[in-house]
Order: sequence, then C-alpha cells, then structure tokens
Amino acid sequence: MASGKGKSGTGLARQSGRGRSEPELPQAAVSWEYAPAPESRDVVSIAPEYGLFVDGEFRPAASGKTFATVDPASEERLSLVADAAAADVDAAVAAARTAFDRVWRPMPGSERAKYLFRVARLLQERSREFAVLESLDNGKPIRESRDVDIPLAAAHFFYYAGWADKLEHAGFGPAPRPLGVAGQVIPWNFPLLMAAWKLAPALAAGNTCVLKPAETTPLTALLLAEVCQQAGLPPGVVNVLTGDGRTGAALIGHPGVDKIAFTGSTEVGRQIAASAAGTGKKVTLELGGKAANIVFDDAPVEQAVEGIVSGIFFNQGHVCCAGSRLLVQESVADAVVDRLRRRLTMLRLGDPLDKNTDIGAINSRQQLDKITELSAAGEAEGAQRWSPPCRLPDKGYWFAPTLFTGVSQSHRIAREEIFGPVLSVLTFRTPAEAVAKANNTPYGLSAGIWTEKGSRILWMAQRMRAGVVWANTYNRFDPASPFGGYQESGYGREGGRHGLAAYLSA
Amino acid sequence: MARPAAGPVEFDVTDIATSDAALRQVLHGLPGVDQVGAAERAAALATRSIKKDAKLRALDMAISMVDLTTLEGADTPGKVRAMCAKARQPDVEPPPAPPAAAVCVYPDLVAVARDAVAGSSVKVAAVATAFPSGRASLAVKLADVEDAVRAGADEIDMVIDRGAFLAGRYGQVYAELAAVRDACGNAHLKVILETGELVTLDNVARASWLAMMAGADFIKTSTGKVTPAATLPVALVMLGAVRDFEQAAGRRVGVKVAGGIRTAKDAIRYLVLVNETAGPAWLTPDLFRIGASTLLNDLLMQRSKQRTGRYAGADYFTID
Amino acid sequence: MPKAAAADSGPAEPGRLAVRKTHKLFIGGAFPRSESGRSYPVRGGDGALLAFAAKASRKDLRDSVVAARGAFAGWSGATAYNRGQVLYRVAELMEGRAAQFAAEVAAAEGVRRGLAAASVAAAIDRWVWYAGWSDKVAQVAGAANPVAGPYFNFSVPEPTGVVAILAPAGSSLLGLVSVLAPVIVTGNTAVVVASEDRPLPAVALAEVLATSDVPGGVVNLLTGSQAELAPVAAAHMDVNAIDLTGVPSAGRAELERAAAANLKRVLAGDEAWDESPGTGRLMSALEIKTVWHPVGI
Repeated sequence: MASGKGKSGTGLARQSGRGRSEPELPQAAVSWEYAPAPESRDVVSIAPEYGLFVDGEFRPAASGKTFATVDPASEERLSLVADAAAADVDAAVAAARTAFDRVWRPMPGSERAKYLFRVARLLQERSREFAVLESLDNGKPIRESRDVDIPLAAAHFFYYAGWADKLEHAGFGPAPRPLGVAGQVIPWNFPLLMAAWKLAPALAAGNTCVLKPAETTPLTALLLAEVCQQAGLPPGVVNVLTGDGRTGAALIGHPGVDKIAFTGSTEVGRQIAASAAGTGKKVTLELGGKAANIVFDDAPVEQAVEGIVSGIFFNQGHVCCAGSRLLVQESVADAVVDRLRRRLTMLRLGDPLDKNTDIGAINSRQQLDKITELSAAGEAEGAQRWSPPCRLPDKGYWFAPTLFTGVSQSHRIAREEIFGPVLSVLTFRTPAEAVAKANNTPYGLSAGIWTEKGSRILWMAQRMRAGVVWANTYNRFDPASPFGGYQESGYGREGGRHGLAAYLSA
Repeated sequence: MARPAAGPVEFDVTDIATSDAALRQVLHGLPGVDQVGAAERAAALATRSIKKDAKLRALDMAISMVDLTTLEGADTPGKVRAMCAKARQPDVEPPPAPPAAAVCVYPDLVAVARDAVAGSSVKVAAVATAFPSGRASLAVKLADVEDAVRAGADEIDMVIDRGAFLAGRYGQVYAELAAVRDACGNAHLKVILETGELVTLDNVARASWLAMMAGADFIKTSTGKVTPAATLPVALVMLGAVRDFEQAAGRRVGVKVAGGIRTAKDAIRYLVLVNETAGPAWLTPDLFRIGASTLLNDLLMQRSKQRTGRYAGADYFTID
Repeated sequence: MPKAAAADSGPAEPGRLAVRKTHKLFIGGAFPRSESGRSYPVRGGDGALLAFAAKASRKDLRDSVVAARGAFAGWSGATAYNRGQVLYRVAELMEGRAAQFAAEVAAAEGVRRGLAAASVAAAIDRWVWYAGWSDKVAQVAGAANPVAGPYFNFSVPEPTGVVAILAPAGSSLLGLVSVLAPVIVTGNTAVVVASEDRPLPAVALAEVLATSDVPGGVVNLLTGSQAELAPVAAAHMDVNAIDLTGVPSAGRAELERAAAANLKRVLAGDEAWDESPGTGRLMSALEIKTVWHPVGI
C-alpha cells in the first residue's frame, strides 16, 4: 500500500499551500476516462421551418421572411423560423385582445387553472424532447436542461396554475383584476424557463400573452406553443412571435399591449422604461447583474468552492444572477483559490448532448466576442488570468472557464457584466468591507454569503442591496421563491405570491 | 491555540497533544461541512454516465477493490473457505475477472482464510477491537488485535469507540487508535468510524482527521451492522479529508466504503466520487476498497452484460 | 333485478352477471376487513340493498391512528411541491373514474344521474383547488415579524399531526372531499370515519388514493357506526385534532369534552358544500411556529 506504515504520523513533511500560482495536480496512478455518453437527438424531431404561433395556429410571417437558428456547439443550422414584423405584431396583439375579452377574462379561475395544469403535465411528459431541443438550440449541457431548466419550467406552470382560482387570497384585495394583453420579451440564456416565468403568472392572473423569444433560441418556445395547442388552450391566449430586436421593440411599443415584461440587458431595459414612459403601460424588468459571492474565513469551504463554481460556471456563466465576483476574506484567499483551481481542473467542457459535460457552448459568436474582449481587458488591466487545461472543439463557440485574481473594484472585469464563464476574484478584510464592496455597483440582483455563522448570514443579508440573497448555496430557483433585482437590475419580482403583482391590478 | 484557516490544515500533525481540549480545538476548527451542499455535490456526481469501455474498466476496478466479507455468528471454516475460493476466482467464464482485494473475517477464522488464499494476491483482513460495537476495555481490544495479527492477518479493520467520540473524549479515542496502530505491527490499519452513529458530516470529518492523525492507513465508513452505513455524502466528506490530509501531512490514506453497497451501479458511483474528489491517484486497491458480499455477483453480471450484450441471470454466477 | 344492478359498479350486459365488489376498510395503504369480522347493510335512497360495508371496531380505529402516526413524518417532511403533485394525481384518477363515482353517488344519495355527475365534477375541482394550495399556504399564513430588536423572526405554519375526521352524513363525495383535502394538503395525516349511511363513494375514493402516489397511512378510511367510533376517536390520546362535522350538533358537546383530555384542536362545520370553501378548513389543522435568530456579525 502506498500509504506506508509504522508509528503514527512520524517524520512526514508538511507541504506549504501558500504562494503558488499553479496547483500541483495529483500524480495519477491511473486515469479513468469516461466514454462519450451522448443523449440521443432522435427523441425530438425538428421541422425544417417554423411559422409564428398566432391565434392558435402556426402561420408564416406576413412578409414571408425567415431566419436561421443554429446549434452553437457545431454551428450547424437547426431550422428556419419566421421573422415577425409590425403586421404580425398587430395580428398577434389583436388575437390576444379578442381572446382576453371574449374567452380568458370571463373564464372562471378554476378552469384557467386546469389549462395550466395540462401545460405543466405536458411539459413533464415531453421533458426529454424539450431538454434535448434546449441543449441543441442554446448550447447548454443536457444535464442542466434535463435536471434544471425543464423541471423548473413545468414546476412554474404547476405553481401558478394553483393561484389561478385563488387570486382573492393572494393579498391583492378581494377581487384583483388582470391587466389585459401582456407583451413579453425573453432572453436566450434559459429559453424555455424564461417563457414559463413569463407565461405562467400572466395566464394564471387572467391576462393573455404575446411572447417574443430570443433570436438565437426560438425552438423551445415554438414547441411550447405546440404544447399549448395540445392542452386545448383557446386560440389567442398565448401567441409566439419569433424575430430579433426589432420584433421585440415593435411588440413593446404596440399601443394594444397593456403590460410589458422584459428580461435581458440593462441597456435595453433602460430603453424600454424610457419608451413606456407616459403610456400607462405597466412594466417589469429583469436585467443584468454583477453579483458578489462572499466567502468568509469560517465558510464550509468545500461546499463554498462548489457554490463558487456553480455561481459562475453553471450555464456557462450566462446567468443574470451569476456570482461573477468572488469576494473572499483575505486571510483565506490563497487557500480558497488553490482549492478552486483544483476543482476547475475537474470541469468537463464539450458536446452539450454528452451527459457528462459540465460546460457547454457559448450561445453565439456575438457573445463569445464580448467575453473574449472583456477578458483581454482584464489582462490589460493587470489582473492575473488562469484557466484549467481545456481542449476546445474546432467548430462552435467555446470559452474555457477562466479565473482572474488580483482584481480590483476599478477593473472593467469587476464592474461590467461579462455574461460568460469568467470569475473575478477580489478580497476583503471585514464584514463591513464585504458589504461595501458587494454593494458598490449599480446592479443589485443577487448575492451569495458563505459562513457557518447564522447571525452573520442574517446581518449580511439585511445589508445586501440585492433582490436575491443565497446563503451557503447559490443559483437555487423555485417557482415559490420571488426573484428580481434592485436598482439597475430592474424592478418587479417573478415567482412566489409576489410574482402575481406584475399581472394584477387591485 | 490559534484557529486554523479554512483550507489545508495549518498545523503540525505530528505534534498533537492528546488532551481532549487540544484535540477539540483542532477538530472543531476544521472547516464546517454544509450537509445540504455535500448531498447536492454527491447527487450531481451520481448523474455521471459511465458507458462502454469506461464501464468495463470501472467494473474490473471495482471487483479488484472488493473486500469480500463474512462477519456472521454462524461463520464456519467451510463458509470461509468457500468465500476465499470465490475471492481468488470470482468468475469462471473467460476472460477472468481480477481477484478481489481481500477477504474480511473475524479473528478466529484468520488462519483458515490465510490457508485458503495462500499463493494468491488476496489479502486477509480481520475485524478487531470488539467489532462491531467497540464496547470493551482497551486491554481486551488490543488482545483481539494481537490474536488476529498472530494468526497472520495482513490488515486489521478496527472500530473506534463511538461512545467516547460522541462524549467528546477525543484524547481517549486518539490514544486507543495509536495503541492499536502499534499492536498492528506490519499489518495495515483500517479505522471504522461507524458514520451512521456519528450522524453529522461534521463528525465524519472530525473522526476522519482524528484517525488519520493517529496513523490510520485507511479510514472506513461502517461495520455494516448499523443503518445507515456507507452513503455518497459520507464518502464525499471522507475522500475530501484524505485529499486534504495528503496536502497537510504528505501521506496518502485510503478510504473504504462498506455496508449497503449492493449493485454495480452503486459501486460505480463511488468510483466516480473517488475520481473527482480525492483524484485518480486513489483509484487503486491500495487506496480504495469496497466492503461487500452480494455486490460481487452484481459486478460480475454487469460485466457479463457489457461483454456479451445480454442481461445475465443469477444461476450463471456462483453463490460463493 | 334493476335495483341491485344499479349498485354494481361494473357494466351490466344482458345475460352477463356482474362481479360485485367487497367493500373493506382502508388502513395503512391496504384493504383489510374489520378485525371484528362485522359488516352492515348499506341501502340506497329507495331502501334497496346496495352492498355490505365493513363495520369498523375501536381496534380498527386504533390501528388507523397507528398507521396515520407512522405516515406523518414522511408526509409532513415531503416538500409542498411533492404533496401538491400527489394530490393533483389523485384528481387525475378521480376524473378517470368520474362515471363510476357518479353511479355510486346517485345510488347512495338517491339522486338523478345528472345531479350526481355535477356533484362529482365539483368534488374533483375542489380536490384540484386544494392541491394547488400546498405550496402557497406558507406564503399566506406565514410571516416575517418585525420585532423590536436585532433578531430575525419568522412564523411558519406546520401541520398539527394526526387528524380524526367524522365525514358529513349526507354529501357522500363532495362533502367528504371538502373535509379531507384541506387537512392532508398541509401535511397532516387523517383517520376518516365515512358517512354511516352513505359510505360506498368513500370506499371508491380510498381505491383512488391507494392507486395514486399517496403513501400508505396518510389517509385511513373506516366505514361503520359513527356513534360507536366517534367517542373512541375523541378520547384517543394520540390524535391531535378532530373534525366533528359529521356528528349532529346535539352530539358534539360530549365529544368536545372527551377531546379536552389531550387538548385536541376541535373543528366542526356545517357549511353548504356547493359553496366556495374559503381558507378556514385549510388553516385549522395548522400550528404556527415562530423562530428567532440574532442578526449580527
């Protein structure tokens, strides 16, 4: 046995863990490669072309124009989708209005509930199809779409189905009313889940919807439209318009829309808020973030490292609430970063459909360029850059998990949202300093706190200017748990009882 | 005494005072374990999909890591001999499966086992120190160890005194461990923590460190006589501890999981834990063992399925 | 004979004899006969014999309480999401058997098929309504309390434990659902004594529960004499709450006195089952737990 024998603990040197910039990777006596374990693509059939979903049926855009959507892991085309323009937005909003006035608003809540339960059940039954399609269109690992995205999407429909017939008990008055037609624009990072976050509460509250999925990830929204048909949802209650930013702008600016819900960048969110000013439209926005993940000297360190990894590398860092700034107490910074580097060498980057993949593809060339540019800026600003050894496939959009140490608040990589697998590491000395640094940003979406001390968790949580605070965990979502930001991370909450507020008037 | 920082333990492991208070400072100063986070990490690693040659490799590795075990009041020389024959030659169909790592018996059957495995690579491990409860005087426990060592055991699987540990008498536990370590002589010492009785993962981490500081060659989860026995989160914590101990003390300690591991699927999950926690260096019978009895045939059945493509039946594998 | 045929749950065909169901108790997920070996005749609205139902004894009730207590840790420890899913599944299976339930209710209550079918539909919708409450009760009944000091203080509702329910005498399915669903959705387990005169729809509901994902012991259903069983339930020291809805008002005071021995929470209602339920029953089998924790560095 390699461990040796003899008297307890004699003559064994202690290795110093300080001052190294590279981890000493363990000398492998053997190495055990996991064989490829691909999820089969056959479970989902992708049509060569999709139309818009308006008034209960699929139809081409009025202009006949289409655009392609690709698999970011291989750059191969998956399908063509319709490019909706003003005429299509008119038609969709009109269909939603008619459905609202004639069918959905007059319908008893208990019946609306049963429609939403059906959608939830269908999502569960077709979950494997949805998971594979999501990974193909978005680039995220199948393990995440299978275990996180799709189950949460179904759960959102279940949760809000249960509110549809209980609105008088939700704390918004004895007879809260829906707002009307909701125009909803969602991003590419969690395509199906974001669709669920928008549609479920809106429909439960009695509104009808026009949904605009992101340009690079339209497919699961279109499959969801098919599910709505299969659930027997009355025509016009849900409409799906594919297109790019112009389609979104046309939808949001449409006078027939009573309510705007947008998830995306802070930049676009500002424009929307400005353009909605004075129109009387209700607006909720869920925007960017630059969350601090704060690790104290008494953190449960092994789990903290998992939380750091999950915080920034889950979904390739394409998460608005990503823990993109590690704020580690200075006294343990070297030790924690050492552990972190070792842990990062275990991450598996590659084919999103492989069940063992941890890190998938970046969603688009555009996003990859942005991440590359900001990372270069980080180096230029003097931070130390490190990535675990990582073979990037030849085709597709890929970026290796990256760590920057020696980062200061004034660096771009500490201030700007990178939206990629890039972690900036900063240090702090005292709890108050951690609070100050964490809050020193115009964003305010989320924060993480790692310490074994309960009172400190609560003290810090009270002081975090963030809509979501995770303590000794990170990136946990639940339909019952409200989510949303402070300040430039947007306003309004999604999830929970509070999530109904966006879609009701008392 | 200053509290150690999070991460690699920053104290000289050779100089630990054996007083309860000093040991408590050290053990309670280890970073805490968040139970929910540990369970989630273990569950995430359990989703690894091991296929084809990776699976065949895993099955052969697992077979070579099995400590084939019989620890019943009704054990007889005949039973032990049959088990030893199986350990030497688990499967008659070619290509032959590797032999098991060891057989594990009570001390009074060590001599029988030794004869039965002579000439093979299979080691003889004996449980000792008033297994499974550990409730006896130190003198009795040491006599138990000496019996087994005299009879020729290569490895001793001892139990710690859980009562003393839970009562905070860390000094006593440490002293007993050290005494058993000495009594083992050249035999390797596996220390059973009986994690099901320790209950919390913090206790598992502390007991792991205590055992390693006192000279354990292996830390082992369970006697197999108490439920829960081995679980993935417990193994995760122990594998993290041996990894960190190597960094702190420069010595590699092995991990043995025992109790309740019945299927090849379970066994492969543990191998994944080893691979991604302690690291591939631990993927050897010298540093990782699985204590089991019925597991072996499931490993053989899966091995047969991988090779032939057909699901096997129990009749095609010997019961011992 | 046409009257007897009405009670047979299988389709009657000319020249084909139906296979009649034996109606047993539902305890711990299984269907035993009464340990007393007794049964009693159940008659339809017109007096015709429908079937014999098991006549539960005090020992059956005792066993039911044991089963309910045994199931409590698992059921109350399940996530609210999980309980909601399980209850929703029950509704799915009820829907699949709607015709059977309608036949049972029509025979038991002596009402026309159309009315019975409407009552069954209402019962299913009510069950769905309650299923959707599982992951919302805490948000409505709980609170973070702004205490005057550096403490985080929150109140959460928790299930009280084992609840004995004397089901409504008249409304054999809708009334039963209305007293049972609000109790179990929040994590309580239940020992239900069905309507004495109209127990057969309750047995059909027990069959649905047994084939859904409801763990054994969460709901236990006894048929028999409420007058015989109610005092036993009221006096039982391991029952945490009792619902006297099925007991005529004149008989309730004595049962309340017996219930005082271990300070059971007592509930009784006389609402109209076809009206919207409100949250009273849902909140009644709950305890509020308040937790304090300091806030400091």
